[in-house]
Amino acid sequence: MTWLAWRQLRFQALAAYVAVVAAAVVLAVTGKRIVALAEPAGAIFDRLTASDRTLFWSGLIVMAVLPALLGAFWGAPLVARELEHGTHRLVWVQSVTRMRWFGVKVGLTVLGAALAVSALTWAVTRWANPLDGATSATHGGFPSRLTPVSFAMRGIVPVSYAVFALALGITLGIVLRRSVPAMALTLLLYVAVQVAVPLWVRPHLAAPVDQSVTISRATLDGISSSGPGGPLTVSAHRADRGDWILSNRTVDASGRVAALPSWLSTCLPGPGAEAPPVSGQTRVPAPVNSLDSCFARLASEGYRQEIVYQPADRFWTLQWRESGLYLGLAAVVGGVGLWWLRERVS
Amino acid sequence: MIDFWLDTKSGLSPYLQLAQQVRHALRLGVLREGDQLPTVKDVVATLAINPNTVLKAYRELEHQGLVSARPGVGTFVTRSLVDGSFAAQATLRKDLQRWLAKARLAGLDEESIEALFASTFRDEQGVVA
Amino acid sequence: MTAVLRTNGLGKRYRRRWALSDCTLSIPEGRVTGLVGPNGAGKTTLLNLAVGMLKPTAGTVEVCGGPPAVAAAALARVGFVAQETPTYAGLTVAEHLRLGARLNPGWDDVVATSRIARLGLDPKQKAGRLSGGQRAQLALTLGLAKRPELLILDEPVSSLDPLARREFLQVLMEAVGEQELSVVLSSHVVSDLERVCDHLVVLVDSGVRVEGDVETLLDTHHRLTGLRRDSRSLPADQTVVSDRHTDRQSTFVVRTESPILDPAWSVSRLGLEDLVLTYMEQAAAPEAAQALEVVR
Repeated sequence: MTWLAWRQLRFQALAAYVAVVAAAVVLAVTGKRIVALAEPAGAIFDRLTASDRTLFWSGLIVMAVLPALLGAFWGAPLVARELEHGTHRLVWVQSVTRMRWFGVKVGLTVLGAALAVSALTWAVTRWANPLDGATSATHGGFPSRLTPVSFAMRGIVPVSYAVFALALGITLGIVLRRSVPAMALTLLLYVAVQVAVPLWVRPHLAAPVDQSVTISRATLDGISSSGPGGPLTVSAHRADRGDWILSNRTVDASGRVAALPSWLSTCLPGPGAEAPPVSGQTRVPAPVNSLDSCFARLASEGYRQEIVYQPADRFWTLQWRESGLYLGLAAVVGGVGLWWLRERVS
Repeated sequence: MIDFWLDTKSGLSPYLQLAQQVRHALRLGVLREGDQLPTVKDVVATLAINPNTVLKAYRELEHQGLVSARPGVGTFVTRSLVDGSFAAQATLRKDLQRWLAKARLAGLDEESIEALFASTFRDEQGVVA
Repeated sequence: MTAVLRTNGLGKRYRRRWALSDCTLSIPEGRVTGLVGPNGAGKTTLLNLAVGMLKPTAGTVEVCGGPPAVAAAALARVGFVAQETPTYAGLTVAEHLRLGARLNPGWDDVVATSRIARLGLDPKQKAGRLSGGQRAQLALTLGLAKRPELLILDEPVSSLDPLARREFLQVLMEAVGEQELSVVLSSHVVSDLERVCDHLVVLVDSGVRVEGDVETLLDTHHRLTGLRRDSRSLPADQTVVSDRHTDRQSTFVVRTESPILDPAWSVSRLGLEDLVLTYMEQAAAPEAAQALEVVR
């Protein structure tokens, strides 16, 4: 049975592993340079070339897309293709039970996928380690690894995503009995889950921390307004920039959520000064002097910024818990597929 | 060695057809005493019929005392049908020709003659069996 | 006589419709059994239930003494060639044999390779490139080389040309002669079955109409033609299967163990095709006839 499972899987496996090896080679070669760039003190971000930055973002995209592709292209056709072509009527009457056939095929596929994804994740995580959360002295930066953009592509969660995507693909293939619709639906549902989890589930995987900070130059992220003359909002961070900020609200002296006082807009540098016009969402590191006095006045009036966040050191805790969540989901979905295969398929 | 063939429309069971063809061959002298009948495997390969059919035909012939099966070797003819009735056949043929002439003179056409013969033959069979 | 396939009240329902209902059969071993009936009668359903591809909605099914497909040992005893003889288009002939060898403990590689050689199939040819007849032969080789006790074939020759059909049946019959093999073979073309079957099951409209040894069935069914008579006037030991009347003449098909002695009848023997058609027509119009009996 292992021979047959391997024989059916080998081209896909070859394609995937060739891609992984190629990626690993690229990462190994460029990785050395990155490490060298990180040696001197100062913002590494500014020392990166455009191609380095492209590589960083490509790495994120590849890691985001890989589990979905595996789920759709390895998972969906696993059973669906046999059902489409009627070959299940050939292979299920050999002296191997349906369950054993399924177990070996799924086992080999999941193993192959998990290995490929772990290898790639490890390589990408290591490569991007000096770069995660790096900010420029002037403008721009990479998101920290705890933020949703990066979190899903680092550490160990991509492996659990891949297992989940495979379970999803395989089960949809069993239920729909057609490869192409199963692939499409797998991608759709996978994306839906990947959007829903960071939004509603991940923030609660560990109890978020609540803290108030004074608004000062050191903590200010930016000031924005919804329109000219409209109310101002402030976003701030802690000194440690690796946190994942969940909510950012201004509270007054009594601790209630309050709008910023209207005199603040007169305090700020207006349009035409060095800062660009304050409209929409922009991050504006304002000129030093006038701003400091504004902040001092703000603090004296009792205004503080209340931040709800997940601390940067929670990265691995959240990784493990989310992996567990996804593996649990995979087990449930896989269980449904298994039952369907046993009872409903002919 | 004889070659078998099957008439699917004859209404006669396949095994009876095979037995009949062997007897026919014996009468014509195509098969003689000591000849081997085609093996079951060969007949099956040529005709694509059930091997049990061939076995049944050969058993029927054995029952009629015409052949004998030697396990591991084959089935062999033990009796010829040539000489017994052969001489009588010439006389019988002449008698038949005379009877046919009489029937035609009486005004019977081809089909009436066949029907008359068939029904008498069947009745005779019923009496004998 | 041990039964190689036994069902009891077997039924399978899909949503509202019963594809097979109340099917009770006992097919003896060592026979080549034909399962005949029109399309949609439930033949494929019955065969799929027999090999364990489907689960029954009602009743039980047993093959070679046990429920189908429960374990490797049960699977090894039964071979199956499904409709359209599916093969893996991307695998070569040799790889198919390897599949058989790896997945079947009872695989006889000598038989398999010699058959492939005799059929003239190129082992390196991908199965997708084979003709319909060659694919059917490959599927048959896979079914035979695992040395089953029972080989089940679902309309294996319906989409083959006459020569391929004859060659397929030749190979199958040779195997029946060489191995201790029972065969159940379905078809909606009766002439295929006449040469090879010695046992018959007629399935019409999801139900078994008649079952028995071909010779016995042909010996016990008679066509009676004579002056117009009511079917009730026939003796009790003659079961009327079908009747047709004109103003002067009646034609009956009867089933009886005893000889027909009434001189008023012109008695003739039915061919297998006519016999099957009689039962199929009766099933299609049940209100016209006397009660049918499922006789074993």
